[in-house]
Amino acid sequence: MKFFNLIYSLFFRSNFFPIVFILTVIGIFWYLIAIPMNTEKVERKFKNLNSTEKIIQSWNLEKPKLPTPHQIVKEIVNTVFFKKISSKRSLVYHGWITLEATLAGFFLGTVLGILLALGIVHNKAMDLSLMPWVIASQTVPILAIAPMIIVVMNSVGVTGLLPKAIISMYLSFFPVVVGMVKGLRSPDQIQIDQMRTWSASSNQLLWKLRFPSSVPYLFASLKVGIAASLVGAIVGELPSGAIAGLGARMLAGTYYGQTIMIWSALFAAAFLAAFLVITINFIQNYTLKKMAILT
Amino acid sequence: MISVKDVDLIFETNDGPVHALKDVSLEVEEGDFVSFIGPSGCGKTTLLRAIAALEIPTKGHLTINGKSPDDARIDREYGYVFQAAGLYPWRTVEGNIKLPLEIMGYSQTEKKERIQKVIELVELKGFEKKFPWQLSGGMQQRASIARALAFDANILLMDEPFGALDEIVRDRLNSELLDLWMQTKKTICFVTHSIPEAVFLSTKIVVMSPRPGRITDVIKSTLPNKRELNIRDSQEFIKIAQRVREGLKSGHQDEVL
Repeated sequence: MKFFNLIYSLFFRSNFFPIVFILTVIGIFWYLIAIPMNTEKVERKFKNLNSTEKIIQSWNLEKPKLPTPHQIVKEIVNTVFFKKISSKRSLVYHGWITLEATLAGFFLGTVLGILLALGIVHNKAMDLSLMPWVIASQTVPILAIAPMIIVVMNSVGVTGLLPKAIISMYLSFFPVVVGMVKGLRSPDQIQIDQMRTWSASSNQLLWKLRFPSSVPYLFASLKVGIAASLVGAIVGELPSGAIAGLGARMLAGTYYGQTIMIWSALFAAAFLAAFLVITINFIQNYTLKKMAILT
Repeated sequence: MISVKDVDLIFETNDGPVHALKDVSLEVEEGDFVSFIGPSGCGKTTLLRAIAALEIPTKGHLTINGKSPDDARIDREYGYVFQAAGLYPWRTVEGNIKLPLEIMGYSQTEKKERIQKVIELVELKGFEKKFPWQLSGGMQQRASIARALAFDANILLMDEPFGALDEIVRDRLNSELLDLWMQTKKTICFVTHSIPEAVFLSTKIVVMSPRPGRITDVIKSTLPNKRELNIRDSQEFIKIAQRVREGLKSGHQDEVL
């Protein structure tokens, strides 16, 4: 009976089986689509293969058009666990370079976003003037701006982490501004009036009411912001001819036709993003529980 | 003591000016329990908010213990209880009551003493560490009253504090509020739209009518200060309630129906 309960809850209560199911479907689809995509190359490379051998070869090419999951997993395992972390062939090394820029940019973006939101909420002129610019900033494609930032900063001698962090900041401040403006304005009129009847200063209003009220909104924004930060850091590595980082890894892969390398960097980036979002989610749950907002 | 003289209050809205209060004059003596009753839009809440310096009269004079509303607020002459309890969900009952004390900069020991005192006063002992969502609506409103009492203001302004509660809870809180008023000798201004509530609680009932918001009648209650719930069946209670009802009706006469 206990066993059945366990199965039942795995199927209908947790998201374990749904996730496994979707992954399986994607995997099957992936292997199927890899066959026609890679056949041309197989036929060029090998002669006189029967169809079964063709299929197996199409899943195991050295430079396939579409690498298969097991090739990517093998490459990731290989470059994560069997290379020295300091080596340029280690995915951990490249991942760390990107993570550094991501975290720096995320921090800068969060601070900038909160400051702008405070300005918008507290200053009528900023409220009326700033938001259109904030929105406009996000309509410009980051791919167009990123090279300019890199080049301009390069010309004044700033290279490495900072230009990438700035691009990350550019992407991640936006959700924080939007979320925090909404969060800081989320207290009821009654609660604000109440503070007034106690002659609270605007500082007290901010720290005792507006800021605590905004915490749930802040976390929602941070989750979007950190993912955007990672995208920013990777994009920042593309045009700079950077030699390290997940973006550089993808770029190098494109140059040399190393599709497996591109895909493994892509997956590494995806795992990194998932890890970062989960981390923030964890901090959020802890904080909101501590604050007794989440019960 | 609250003194209101010829107060006009006009809201500018998109649909043109709204005359929320017109020629309102009123004296509230120390220790009075004054109820403001009338249909919605009669300006009873606006009047209370004007006393609390949350709205500024367009014309006329308003003093609280001889001071302007703003000075009275700064000198903590009144506590205000709103329609909704407005408790902070991330603070316990104790933490919520502590909030105004923190803002006003009371010392640690004084905060403790005062919280203890008002929690006993509103009968929330044992619930200090509970969060608002763990309390019933009536208990939340009691915590809200405790919070308004915590800093010892002489005047308590209450804006339909029991409006959202069911009748059984409301009856109970009404008698508790009367006890509290007798114990603390505070001056209370109480906005309501319930005739029995107004008659049961008040020493003075101010009947108001809308468009423009104005006072149509001020009734001095002849009931004794000490009241039990069953006073509502007495002849005298019914007589006062009748007069309130007539006052409300006459305010509607000039309205196109």
